[in-house]
Amino acid sequence: MDLGPHAGFIIASYAICFGVVAGLILWVRLDKARLDSTLKDLESQGLAKTRRTPEKPDRQ
Amino acid sequence: MGILDFANPTRFMKLTQLVLPWLVGLCAIAFAVGLYMSFFVAPEDYQQGDTVRIMYIHVPAAWLAMMCYSIMAISSLGTLVWKHPLADVSAKCAAPIGAAFTFISLVTGSLWGKPMWGTYWVWDARLTSVLVLFIMYLGLMALWRTMEDPIKAGKAAAILTLVGALNLPIIKFSVDWWNTLHQPASVMRMDGPTIHPDILLPLAVMAVAFTLLFFVIHLMAMRNEILRRRVRTLRLRAASAARPAGGSATLQPAE
Repeated sequence: MDLGPHAGFIIASYAICFGVVAGLILWVRLDKARLDSTLKDLESQGLAKTRRTPEKPDRQ
Repeated sequence: MGILDFANPTRFMKLTQLVLPWLVGLCAIAFAVGLYMSFFVAPEDYQQGDTVRIMYIHVPAAWLAMMCYSIMAISSLGTLVWKHPLADVSAKCAAPIGAAFTFISLVTGSLWGKPMWGTYWVWDARLTSVLVLFIMYLGLMALWRTMEDPIKAGKAAAILTLVGALNLPIIKFSVDWWNTLHQPASVMRMDGPTIHPDILLPLAVMAVAFTLLFFVIHLMAMRNEILRRRVRTLRLRAASAARPAGGSATLQPAE
């Protein structure tokens, strides 16, 4: 495929676009892995994910 | 159950878990078709030659740069008016994605400008207002990082986002209001697009692919942010439980 005399500009544009998008995807995936690991650690320490419900007042 | 009920963080996590694989698949197909059309189907432009192929990434990135900020502005209204728990999550997660698309738009525009205009950059109204948009994205990301409490940070960022939304019509109409080197609108016009369908169709497919990519990354980032707030809540709960009796608790549920 011949991209003409300005091939360098075209290839550089697509390469930068690909790099930035790949960086975004990598950032999201790594962040997810880190958060999953932290949550697992916290849960293994006995901190449940369930919310605490206030005790109902004794009506008797 | 109304549509807003799906915006509950727990339901959002379940719903996005189902939707995301389909969105990823559609996005991959759209990019495969769009890139094939951009390089093997679309003809050279009679003036720009092959350099027109840069437009297939520059234009969708520029559209998304503005769409992303519009979503942030709508989310900011959700934060300030309805105090919706997912609104500031949406705004916070859209900022880095918007910054990335604005960066792509600026760089690919410069790389197109050098062979076509003879310069990488001019301080005309369109280019400068998009650069301002990029700086605003960076400023909002910095603001989110300066405040530890996500609720307080969300409110401050929402106000700044809404003020910054004034830049959106300036970007859109800059080519009409001022004499700019950047060409006027050629797709979204009252009298219809001025681009030949052979070039317009690949551009439309790439625009769909970029939009799907935005939603995939945005939803994934929002899921991460909800998890981050769960981690924060659990840590605060642990700190509160470890505190000696009589100490003041500062537990603030973030969801």
